[in-house]
Amino acid sequence: MNQPKLPLRACVLALALAAAACGPEQAQHTPTAQVAAGDAAFADKFRTQLLDAKPGDVIEVPPGRYSFDRSLTLRVDGVTIRGAGPDKSVLSFKGQKAGAEGLLVNASNFLIENIAIEDSKGDGLKVNEGEHITIRNVRVEWTGGPSTKNGGYGLYPVKTRNVLIENSVAIGASDAGIYVGQSRDVIVRNSRAEFNVAGIEIENTVNADVHDNTATNNTGGILVFNMPALSQQGGAIRVFKNKVFKNNTANFGAKGTPVASVPAGSGVVVNSNDDVEIFDNDISDNATTNIIVSSVYSTGYKDDKASKDFDPYPERINIYGNRLKGGGDSPDGFDLKALKTALYGLSGQLPDVLWDGYANKDRKEGPQICIRDVSGVVNADGPGGYKNPSKDVKPYACELTKLPAIDLKRG
Amino acid sequence: MSMRWVVAVLVSLLVAGCSKPQEAPRAGESAAAALAADAPWAPVRFFADGQPEDLAEWNVLRVAGGRLQLNREVLPYELNTALFSDYAHKLRTVWMPKGQAANYDPDQEFDFPVGTVFSKTFYYPRGEGEAVLRSYDEGPDLRGGGLQLSKVRLVETRLLLRRDSGWVALPYVWNREQTKAKLMRGGELVSLELVAADGGRETADYAVPDQNQCAGCHGTDMKSKALHPIGPKARHLNRDFAYDDGLQNQIARWTQVGYLKGAPAPQQAPRDANWHDPAAPLEARARAYLDINCGHCHSPKGPGNTSGLWLNAATQEPLRLGRCKLPIAAGHGTGDHRYGVVPGKPDESILIHRMRSDDPSVMMPELGRSVVHEEGVQLIRDWIAAQRGECG
Repeated sequence: MNQPKLPLRACVLALALAAAACGPEQAQHTPTAQVAAGDAAFADKFRTQLLDAKPGDVIEVPPGRYSFDRSLTLRVDGVTIRGAGPDKSVLSFKGQKAGAEGLLVNASNFLIENIAIEDSKGDGLKVNEGEHITIRNVRVEWTGGPSTKNGGYGLYPVKTRNVLIENSVAIGASDAGIYVGQSRDVIVRNSRAEFNVAGIEIENTVNADVHDNTATNNTGGILVFNMPALSQQGGAIRVFKNKVFKNNTANFGAKGTPVASVPAGSGVVVNSNDDVEIFDNDISDNATTNIIVSSVYSTGYKDDKASKDFDPYPERINIYGNRLKGGGDSPDGFDLKALKTALYGLSGQLPDVLWDGYANKDRKEGPQICIRDVSGVVNADGPGGYKNPSKDVKPYACELTKLPAIDLKRG
Repeated sequence: MSMRWVVAVLVSLLVAGCSKPQEAPRAGESAAAALAADAPWAPVRFFADGQPEDLAEWNVLRVAGGRLQLNREVLPYELNTALFSDYAHKLRTVWMPKGQAANYDPDQEFDFPVGTVFSKTFYYPRGEGEAVLRSYDEGPDLRGGGLQLSKVRLVETRLLLRRDSGWVALPYVWNREQTKAKLMRGGELVSLELVAADGGRETADYAVPDQNQCAGCHGTDMKSKALHPIGPKARHLNRDFAYDDGLQNQIARWTQVGYLKGAPAPQQAPRDANWHDPAAPLEARARAYLDINCGHCHSPKGPGNTSGLWLNAATQEPLRLGRCKLPIAAGHGTGDHRYGVVPGKPDESILIHRMRSDDPSVMMPELGRSVVHEEGVQLIRDWIAAQRGECG
C-alpha cells in the first residue's frame, strides 16, 4: 500500500493558510464545528421522509448537524431536499458503519440545495440514473483534509441527463470532488473544488459546459476524461471562464484509479476526448503544466484488445483565449522532470500545454489539436517512448468550429 | 367493476384496521408465544396495500409451540448458491393465492402473480450467552414443524410482495424475546457477536436495510426502478429440498402444488452449482457465487453497470468479467491495484481486495454484509489463481 507522499500535516497547514488567505472565493462555509447538533429525532424522520416521499414533495432540513450511521437513499421522482444553507444544515456521516454513500439517489426531477454532506465513508452524493437533476449550493466535504481514506467522489451524478450543478463546493475527495460520469447535457458552474485528487471531472459525458468555477489545490484542476468499456464515449465539452490555479496537492488517489495517473500540478487535463473547447479561463501556477492533452495510454491503459470499440485519441481539441501564467516549473514524476530538464534546462519550465503525442496515424486530417495564445506546446512523444519530444508549435495552427452552448431550459 | 370497488373498500378497511396503533397486550403476547403447535391458524392474508406493523398479521409465519412455524400453504425453499449475509442462515418461503401460479422462465425470475408473498427470515444458530454461531447455512431445520426457537436467534424477516403496482419490500425486525417481528422501514443496525468453530470471535454490525435500500439488490433494473425477486430463478431453485414428506426437487414440487406452470422436468432446467460443493467444477462454483452475490447489481441493467463490470450468469466476455479491466469510479476501493481481475494473481485483483474488506467504502457488496466471507474469498481467489494469461 502506498500512502500519500505529502505528509498530511503539510496539507492541513496548506488548508489553514488557504483559509487564512480567505478571499471572496475562499472558504465560503463556516467551519463545521460551529454547527450545533440538530434534533436527533429529525435524523430518523428524515430517513422516513425519504422513504415516504411523493412526487412534488419538498423535504426541509432545518439548521443543525444530523448524524447518520447508515447511508440514505431516495428513489422517488420529483423530490426536493432543501437545507437552510451549506454552513447551517449538515448531514454528517462521521462514523458511518454501513452503506457506500452518504446520500444515494435513483430518481429524476431531483433538486437538492442549501445543504452539506460531510465525511461519508464512500461517495458523498451519488445520483445514479435520472433526468433533470439540480444540485445547488451544496457542500460535500471530508473535514479531515486530503486523505486516501476519504470517500471517492463528492458530487457524483452518473448515467444522468440534463444535470445542473451550481454554487456548490467539494473538498477532500480521494477521487474527484465534482464528477459527472456517463451523462448527457450537463452544466457545472459557479462551483468550487479544493483539495481533491481531481477537482472537477467530466467523464464519458456528452455535451457539458463547465464554466465560472474555481479549482485550486487539487492534484488536477479540471479533467475531461474518457475511459474504455463504458456505456458511452464522451465528447462536446466546453471549459470556459474558470479559475484553475495552484493545483499542486500531491496525488492521494489510490493506484488503479484513472486519476492516480494525473501528475500533481495539472491545471486542465483532456484525456481521450473528442471535441473539447477550452477558452477564456484563468489558468496559472500549476506546477506540472497548465494544460495537458493526453490519451488513455498515458493513464496506464495499454491493453488494446480490451478497448476495441474505444477511440483512445483526443481529437478536435480547441484551446484559445485563455489567460495563462506561471506553472510548469516543477513537474510531478521523474519522466516529466527529465523532459523539462532535457528541453528547458534545470531552471526552465514546461510551457503552457503538454501533449503526450498519441494520435491515430490513419486519420488524414490528423488529431486537430488546435492551440492559440499559449507560451508553447510540448509533444512528449509518448508513442516513441518519450525519446524525441518536440517544441514545434506549427502542428497546432488550425481552426475548429466552435461548439454550441448547452441549454438545459431552466435559466 | 363494482366487484373491484367492493374489494377496494374491503382492502382499505383492512388497512385502516392495521394502521391502528397496536396496544401492548402483554398477556396476549405470552399467550401467542405459548400457542400450541397445532392450534388452528387462519390462512395467509395478502395485504394489497398498506404496511402492517406486525409480521404476524400476514399469517405467513407464527411463533407457536416454541417454534417459528410456517402456515400450511407456505412452501419453504432453498437456493443452490445463496447470497452471503454475515453468515446468517435463511429460511425462505413462498406463497401464492389459490389458483394462481408463476410462469416458468429458464433465465429470468418467474412471472409471479399478484398476491405472491416471499419471506426470508435471517437467523443464527445460538452460541453461549448472547453469542451466535458463525457457521454454514446448510438449509433450515424444519423437523418438528418449524425452526426451534431455543436453538436460533431470529434477526429479521423480509417480505417481498407482488402487488398490482409491482414488487414491494418490507423489513421486519424480531424482538429479543423472539415473540414478535415489527416493521422497521428505516432499517436498523443489530450488533452481533459471531463465534467460529475454532472459538474465534468477531463482532458484526449487522445492517437491516431500510426499505429504499432493498433496491440496492432488488432494483435490478436502474431505469425502470422496479424491484424484482433475485433468488427464485430456475437455476437457483433447481435442487432437492427436504420436505416433511421426503426429498423432492423444488421445481417439481412447485409445479405439483400449483405454484409453477410450464416448467420442464428438472433435468431439462438450468442448474447453478452449489458454491461449496467440492465435487462441482471450480469455474461453475465461482460463477454461481459471483452471480448471486454480485450479478443482480453488476449486470448490464443493474446499479453497478456504471462500472462496466458485469458478474451475472449470462456474461461471458472476459473483460466484462473483470479480466484486465480498469476500475471505474472505484476510489480507494482499488486498494492500489490496477485491474479487476489479474489472471493468476488474486492478490493483485481489485475483486479480491473489495471482497476482503469490511470498510463500507471499499467492500463489495456495498450492502448486506459487515464481516468478510472468508470461504467465499477463498473460492474467488482459487478461480482467479486458475486463470492464465497476462494483462497488457
